[in-house]
Amino acid sequence: MSLTAKNKDTVRTFWAKVSSNAEAIGADALSRMLVVYPQTKTYFSHWKDLSPGSSPVKKHGATVMAGVADAVAKIDNLTAGLLNLSELHAFTLRVDPANFKVLSHNILVVLAIMFPSDFTPEVHVAMDKFLSAVALALSEKYR
Amino acid sequence: MVEWTEQERNIITSIFSSLDYDDVGPKALSRCLIVYPWTQRYFASFGNLYNADAIKTNPNIQAHGTRVLHGLDRAVKNMDNIKDTYAELSVLHSEKLHVDPDNFRLLADCLTIVIAAKMGSGFTPEMQATFQKFLAVVVSALGRQYH
Repeated sequence: MSLTAKNKDTVRTFWAKVSSNAEAIGADALSRMLVVYPQTKTYFSHWKDLSPGSSPVKKHGATVMAGVADAVAKIDNLTAGLLNLSELHAFTLRVDPANFKVLSHNILVVLAIMFPSDFTPEVHVAMDKFLSAVALALSEKYR
Repeated sequence: MVEWTEQERNIITSIFSSLDYDDVGPKALSRCLIVYPWTQRYFASFGNLYNADAIKTNPNIQAHGTRVLHGLDRAVKNMDNIKDTYAELSVLHSEKLHVDPDNFRLLADCLTIVIAAKMGSGFTPEMQATFQKFLAVVVSALGRQYH
């Protein structure tokens, strides 16, 4: 299920529209993930405050979305473009790759909340495919 | 046995009582057919599904979307026994309709997205958690009678 040229155009166009809200998107998506999928909290035991909208959650949400922005820019070769990030996740963070799907779902929910008329089914499928491709690229160095 | 708090019950009944079934049902089903195109395999007799616009305007899909959403009413009214409430429907989906139960999860995800778009920031993380818990129980019950 690789990205078609049309998918990439859709992602780039939609991202251009929403990227100024990237930090808010990241903060909300991460907040939701920690509440709706409590098992994900196990990766953040070193944070003082895991509640929605807390300062570490906001900061990390922004970090994650900066990665997504980078992926949009490197959409034509995600595996090569996200190699360093893959090494980080594989060797240092060791996040179970199943969680990429979980965070992706929450990003999509936030996009639907913040951009209800722009997040059409056509944009939804392109973004879902894109986030899956990003997850795959991030999993590259795991084993 | 699934446990529901008072707050969770209130969240579920309040979400469903705020819904326009004729709007949300068709939106969720058509989104599912567009985002996960392999789900179209179950609707070969429904007519034109060739592109997103055809799917969105297909009257058979619209009617079916409304029907599926009304099917969720039964779970809302019987939250303490969703498993038994859906036993017959589970047999139907397995024996007669031959639907891969993974599709229930895909439709549930699309319904979550449609509700989120409708409710906006009113769809808080707590409401999302409760709604997804409810849908997970429904999905599990619908897959229960498969063998």
